[in-house]
Amino acid sequence: MGSSSTVQASLSGVTRVYPAGGAGKPVHALGPIDLELRAGEFFSVVGPSGCGKSTLLDVMAGLAPPSSGTIAFEGKPVRGQVPDGIGVVFQEDASFPWLTAYDNAAFAARQAGLPENEVRARVEHTLSFMGLMPFAGAYPAQLSGGMRQRVCIARTLVTRPRLLLLDEPFGALDQQTRLLMGDELLALWRETGATVLLITHSLDEAALLSDRIGVMSARPGTFIDLVETGWPRERDSRIVSRPEFGELTGRIWAGLRDQSMRALAAAR
Amino acid sequence: MTRAGIIRIGVLVGAVAALEAACRAGYVNRQAVIAPSEMVRGAWRVLGTQEARGHIAETLTTVSLAFLLSVIAGFAIGVALHRLPRFRRAVDPLLASYYAVPTFVFYPVFIVLFGLNRWPLVAIGFLFAVVAVAINTLDGLDRLPPVFMRTARVLRLSPRQTLLRITVPAIAPWLFTAVKFAVAYSFIGVIAGEFVQAGSGIGFAIAFAYNSFDNLTMYGLMLLLFAFVCTLNMSLWTWEQKLYARRGGR
Amino acid sequence: MRAAADVDVPVPASPPAVRRAGRLGDSALVLLGLLALWQFGSWVVGAAVLPAPAATLAKLWAIMSSSDFGGHAWETGRAFLSALAIAFAAGLAIGLLLGAHRLSAEVAEPILVALYAIPKITLYPIILLLFGLGISAKIAFGVIHGIVPVAVFTMAAVRNIRPVYLRAARAMRLTPVQTAGRIMLPAALPGIVSGLRIGFSLTLLGTLIGEMFASQRGIGYLLVKAMETNDVATVVALATLLIVVATIVSGALLALNRRLDRSPKPGR
Repeated sequence: MGSSSTVQASLSGVTRVYPAGGAGKPVHALGPIDLELRAGEFFSVVGPSGCGKSTLLDVMAGLAPPSSGTIAFEGKPVRGQVPDGIGVVFQEDASFPWLTAYDNAAFAARQAGLPENEVRARVEHTLSFMGLMPFAGAYPAQLSGGMRQRVCIARTLVTRPRLLLLDEPFGALDQQTRLLMGDELLALWRETGATVLLITHSLDEAALLSDRIGVMSARPGTFIDLVETGWPRERDSRIVSRPEFGELTGRIWAGLRDQSMRALAAAR
Repeated sequence: MTRAGIIRIGVLVGAVAALEAACRAGYVNRQAVIAPSEMVRGAWRVLGTQEARGHIAETLTTVSLAFLLSVIAGFAIGVALHRLPRFRRAVDPLLASYYAVPTFVFYPVFIVLFGLNRWPLVAIGFLFAVVAVAINTLDGLDRLPPVFMRTARVLRLSPRQTLLRITVPAIAPWLFTAVKFAVAYSFIGVIAGEFVQAGSGIGFAIAFAYNSFDNLTMYGLMLLLFAFVCTLNMSLWTWEQKLYARRGGR
Repeated sequence: MRAAADVDVPVPASPPAVRRAGRLGDSALVLLGLLALWQFGSWVVGAAVLPAPAATLAKLWAIMSSSDFGGHAWETGRAFLSALAIAFAAGLAIGLLLGAHRLSAEVAEPILVALYAIPKITLYPIILLLFGLGISAKIAFGVIHGIVPVAVFTMAAVRNIRPVYLRAARAMRLTPVQTAGRIMLPAALPGIVSGLRIGFSLTLLGTLIGEMFASQRGIGYLLVKAMETNDVATVVALATLLIVVATIVSGALLALNRRLDRSPKPGR
């Protein structure tokens, strides 16, 4: 990842303030944030709870308007609508319980008006890549939490997004499943060549998966540190045993500890 | 069939048999209650007459109209109230106490308004059913996971697509409950109206048979009505259970 | 969609007192709107079809000050309260018994639901034949309407007590009596009160229907007499009285219901 890489998405001076509700005061949730995402990189955002991580993702995706500042995706401003080329996976289970895994995965592509044979080709490719093919006919209720989240990721991947925004997609899963899902995520990142922005509260996850990590402060969230991991593109969860991994998490936690304590105190 | 299902059939068969035996043995006043076998005979005889078939067709048409109108209007009201949270909070106490109000007292007003024909009955069935549909629609919309709406925005669905492809299938179980209520309440409202004041329909025919001491016709009609409503209800219930099983609860 | 539902920062809400005052104001506005609609409707279709609010109030006052109204109201009140007592007691007993025994509940539930759905008004000839003309027929009519919802809701409330509460009770070595009184009753109470609220409404409905056919006294009788003589003014006045009384009592029960139901709401 050299400085020659093209910028795919950028935020400059972005803030988000929630207007006062009734007699309350306005809440300054985020920013100011300046960030440039390089095409093809894996970028993670970590920060104490309530720091506005998810707000950052919403603003980037065009799901929420910024109170000030500008967002651009592939050179075009993002305003009021999710631009073509951005895919989002949420923390909550967003698989549709009335559709089979296959139909869930095909939903977005069908909605985009792709011809059915193209939809089938893409869905079958994605499902087999993610190991979901044996469950193509199953309904989400028959699948585990991890499998359902895979279905949601598959649904997004089928549209071939160039920027994938992930809002703590493994937040509800157990630690072992998370590690394996992380490996899968790395594999699909390499295969698709998409840029990935991952919001997470797990330092390990960020340190394991990312090219770069943005460490956020307590509310209002701003970046207090940008860490380059220097991992090779070919990597998997086994790097947790490397000494650099410990140094990396140590460095992130050093910046984050103080912020987390502040967030905790503010919540009391 | 489940163990509970078998026991249930046993209980029902037992109850009917006990009534049959009590009637035959003369423990029950013959003027008041006739034996189940007699009821079946009555129902069979009723089905054979042109007149009764006319009453049944009349009631079914009226109920269908009340049902359709209440489902459409109730759904629209539910969606509208969900979009207007402030208005919804204001009408919430009224919705909650709606079924405490004996709605059928408006039936005479409707007769004056529409004349003594089908429409006052449709109106009363509609009034009985519409709020149940609206309340269940609202309930479903309240429990619609916000992440589905966010997904709709990420996939850039139009409001229409969002409603048809996401909202309606997502709240289908609640809409199903709404439909079940609408069926039951349309029947209750229409039959009640026919009892109070009407010139035709099952309710009218039962009241007429009662007044002319024709127990066989009266019980025959009742049996037909209950059997029909219960069969309808049970089929909806079974269908619903299948739907739930696939979706894992809701 | 609620503004606070999809963000990761707490948005301050206005103090409850302010909110409650605002809500009451809104409800008053809706009530005024309904009155205006009534007045308007009366103008459109004519006072002979729909008497105006003021005229209705005057008529109601005249009815209520007539010498025999007290007797009719007492008759209805007596029949209703007796029916309510029987429906509540029997419904609670049935609901508790079925709730405590799983198999019985599974056997009974579809039967109860079917009983709820049939047009019970058609049973009036049987009730009349069994009980004769008079107060017992009215009470019976009220009971058959009210007993089913009380039983169904009580049964569901008992069955839906979270098993972890009962395990906690055993862990704390409570006696069965203590478990029933201190754990099961408070846990099931909100559901039971919901059932009582609906049972109240339907018992009133049933009693009035009973009075309309099976009686020479009571408000239902006044109503049916007015209907027979096409006395719309009296019908609307009595309907208004019933609506106001039913709404007030139901509102009070609803307030009690909400006070009791403090359990955390599922999800966000």
